[in-house]
Parts: sequence; C-alpha cells; structure tokens
Amino acid sequence: MTTVADRPIEEQIAQWRAYLRRRQALHGPDVEELEGHLRDQLAALTEAGLSGDEAFLVAVKRMGSLDALSREFARAHSERLWKQLVMAPEADEPAKTSHAETIVVLSLAVAAALAVKVPALFGHPINPNDELPLFYARNASLFVFPLLAVYFLWKRGSGVVSGLLLALPFAAGAVFANVFPFPKGSHTEVLTILHLPIALWMAIGVAYVRGRWFADGGRMNFVRFSGELAIYYVLIALGGFVVTLFTFMMFRAIDMNPDWFVAGWLIPCGAAGAVIIGSWLVEAKQSVIENMAPVLTRLFTPLFSVLLLVFLATMAWTGSPINVKREVLIGFDLLLALVVGLVLYAASARDPQAPPDFFDGLQLLLVVSALVVDGVALAAIAARISEFGFTPNRVAALGENLILLVNLVWSAWLYACFLRHRGSFAVLERWQIAYLPVYSVWAALVVVVFPPLFGYR
Amino acid sequence: MDMNKDLVAASATPLVLAILAEGDSYGYAIIKRVAELSGGHLQWTDGMLYPVLHRLERQGHVAAKWSASENGRRRKYYRITRQGRAQLAAQRQQWQAVDSTLRGMWMEACTV
Repeated sequence: MTTVADRPIEEQIAQWRAYLRRRQALHGPDVEELEGHLRDQLAALTEAGLSGDEAFLVAVKRMGSLDALSREFARAHSERLWKQLVMAPEADEPAKTSHAETIVVLSLAVAAALAVKVPALFGHPINPNDELPLFYARNASLFVFPLLAVYFLWKRGSGVVSGLLLALPFAAGAVFANVFPFPKGSHTEVLTILHLPIALWMAIGVAYVRGRWFADGGRMNFVRFSGELAIYYVLIALGGFVVTLFTFMMFRAIDMNPDWFVAGWLIPCGAAGAVIIGSWLVEAKQSVIENMAPVLTRLFTPLFSVLLLVFLATMAWTGSPINVKREVLIGFDLLLALVVGLVLYAASARDPQAPPDFFDGLQLLLVVSALVVDGVALAAIAARISEFGFTPNRVAALGENLILLVNLVWSAWLYACFLRHRGSFAVLERWQIAYLPVYSVWAALVVVVFPPLFGYR
Repeated sequence: MDMNKDLVAASATPLVLAILAEGDSYGYAIIKRVAELSGGHLQWTDGMLYPVLHRLERQGHVAAKWSASENGRRRKYYRITRQGRAQLAAQRQQWQAVDSTLRGMWMEACTV
C-alpha cells in the first residue's frame, strides 16, 4: 500500500505546483520562482539530515498558507485580480453580506429613477410630444452620480466626513449647471451639458478609491471600472431597447398609446437606474464577463492603426487637403480621445513586468500615426483660425486637442523608451493615471469659466 | 520572541533593499540572510518575501532578471536600482528617527 509519504519527492513537488497553478493571482513565472525556492529549501534540509518527506513537509510549511500567499500576490499585482475575483475573504475586514448589498443597490437604483421624476413636480415635466427640456440634459449626471458615490461610500465603509466632503463637488456642479442665464440655442449650455459629467466623474473616482487617490493601483482599478461600466451600460441599454419595442408593440395591439409612459418613465428612469445597477454588476460580477475593455482594445488597435496609415497614405498620394469644416476639429478630438482610450485600456490589462512585445510596437505605431494625422488637421485649422474667430466651441475643442496631444506625445516617447529597453512599462502606466485629473480639471474649467467668459452665447 | 506582525511587515522593505544593496541576490538567499542577520528573531513565512519583491520591482526599486542557477534551473535574480538606493536611504533615516526616539526614552527610564 502506498501512502502520501511514500511517493517520490518529484511527484509531491509536481502536485504542489499544480495546486499553485490553480490560483488566479499566481502566474507561471511566479510559480516557477516559488518552486525554485522550495527546491533550494529541500536541498538545504536534506543536507541537514532530514528525509525527503520530512524535508518536503517542513519546506511547504515554511512557505506559508497558500491563501495568505495568493492574497499578497493579488495585492502586489492588482491587475490580475480583475480577471477573476478569487481573493480569499480576509479575516480582519468585515465582509458586507451580498444580501445587504442587493438591498442597498436596489434602493439606490430606485432612488436614482425617482430623482429623475422630482423636477416634474416643480414645473419641469417631460412631455412626449416636446423636445426634452435642456434642464434634464444639464443635470443628467446630478441625478445619478451622487447616489453612485453613496454606493461606493457605503461599500468601502468610508466615514461621514468624507461623505460630506464628496458632496461639495456635486453641490458646486448643481450650482454651475443651473445658475447661468443661458439663452435659447446657447453654445456654452451645450458645452456645460457635455463637460459636467466628465468633471464629476472624478468625484466618483475619489469615492471609488476610498479617498486614497494616490495609493497603489487604486486609480488604475477605477479606470478598469469605468471601462467595464461603459460596456455593461451599453448591454443594459440594448436590453432596455428591446423592452421599449415590446412595450410599444403590445400596447398598440390593444389600441393604447404608451408614449407618455415610455418617454416620461421608462427611458429616463431606466437610464438613471441602470448606472447604479451597472456599477454594482461590475463590482460584484467581474468574473462573468471577463475583462471586455482590454479585449476590445486588442481588437481595435490594429484596425485603427491600419485606418490611420491608409488615411495618411491616401492623403499623401492624392494631395487633397483636409476640408476644414465646423465639425472637423471635434472629429479629430474624438479620434485622439479614442487613441488615448486604446492606450489606457491596453495599459490597464498589461502585466507591467512583461518585456515589450509585438502589440506594444503596434500601440506605438497607432499613437504616432494619430499624432501625425492630428498634426496635419491642426495645421489646416490653424491656417484658417483667423477667419473663424474664437467661439466657445472652438476654444473648448482646441483646448481638448492640446490636452490629448500632450498626453499622446509623452506616451509615444515613453513607449519608444520602453521598446528600446530604456525604461519600464510601469512609467507609462504611471503617466497615464497621473494624467487623469487633467481631463476633469479642464472639463470643470469649461463648465465654470466658459459661460461667463463668452457671455453665455 | 514573538514579533508584532505589522512591525515585521514594515521592516520588510528596508531589509530587502539593504540586503540587495550588499549585492544581487535571489529569494531563497535573501530569506537565509534575513534569518542570519536577525538571529532568527525575524521569522517570515518564506512565500511572503515574493510579493514584497514583486511590489518593489513594480515600484522600480529593484530590477529582476532570470538567469541560470548552479543546479541548472532558471532562477530570478534581483538587483537594487538607483531609485531603490534612494528609497533605502530615506527609509534608513525614518527608522533611525524611530530608533533614536525610543532609545532616548528608554535610556531616560533606566537612569531615573
């Protein structure tokens, strides 16, 4: 009869290795490193006179609890955790029961849905036959974001004081969204609508990282969270679209008109509640959809590189200049924003210690070609800027172009250093996350300064 | 002597950096050196060294390289970087401040 102790040492090591491999937080090279340690320890112990099995038991015991070990590894490499949340629950942190969380989330979602209906009581009704009042567009983020912040404050167990501090940006947002006397068709009003959510998203970030904005990995996790939330939100919106279609189909079949319900309740309340539900899904069910944002990045980086190169080649071949129209600048802003997004999400999923590979070269190609395309567009626009004059839209678009351009130029430089083995990928990652507040600060600037600066036009 | 868990954790960074400042090394040898230096007072569970090393690598304080070892297997060697030396100097000052404060207090207590 063979027992565990009789088996040859190699077999035991193999079994131990297989056991380690099953841990999500440990990657191949880590297991190899730990196995090397185990073997060194075994050699030393056998030399000291222990039998193979005794030595194995002692060596494994000294290695420590595997739960604690993989937890520490997960902490040191938080990007791995994102894939599958297998962190063993910590003994010293009170676990929020999922039951309580479900109740909190559902109440917050309902609160967000009802918050959208509150203004209707004070003379801002949503009428299915009229256009949506701009009041709702200006305040869209204010209906939902504070409740989302409350969810994170609750989930992370933050104190009352930090909650009150976090209320400040939302209060300021509410003031600046509503205090300015925008005339009908005002450009600065549209700018406020577009920029207020970006400015306030930073406050959500602070709640998400529990106020420790500069702590290790927190900001990158928030970037990952934002990407996954966007994907969940699109999925939920698709579902909502199907629900809407069926609502119309069925009620019209019995000669009822559901317009007032769909436009006044279903779409606005659903859109608000879905943000909370989506955030909860991202927090709770990260393992269901595995890391979609990086997957999309991998898919679209090559596609966009090809698109940009073909565009440049075509422009060089035909010599046709960029036709500077009103939307061109905004279009190129969006292009740069997209490229920054691709770089950011590629960085969020990458193991910073891995050596440069083909995909990194592709990223550099993408960034450089985007820079060239944007340079060409900017030159064309600059040539005619005197003709245009400065309108609020143009200043905002130029400012954004500049901000994204600075980010990409420096990213390209860091990528180049990394590819030539002159620097580590962690530097690029740090640059990207350190740059995050710039977007929010600029957006806040547009919301606060632009309307009075341009006379609310 | 049973050391406080937090104290052991806090001392891990300067200790590892100081050992690597003596020369490049690898996990098992670092553990051995710690046991040797502390006379066995600082007992880590062996595995816990590796997350510490990886964190230091990520922060840029150490650099790692896989090379062959004497037994023919691949082994990950760690080297302190310039930034790591600066970090070590900073940590050293902090620990010295703690040490001299406590020492001053306890010396006073002895003489009274």
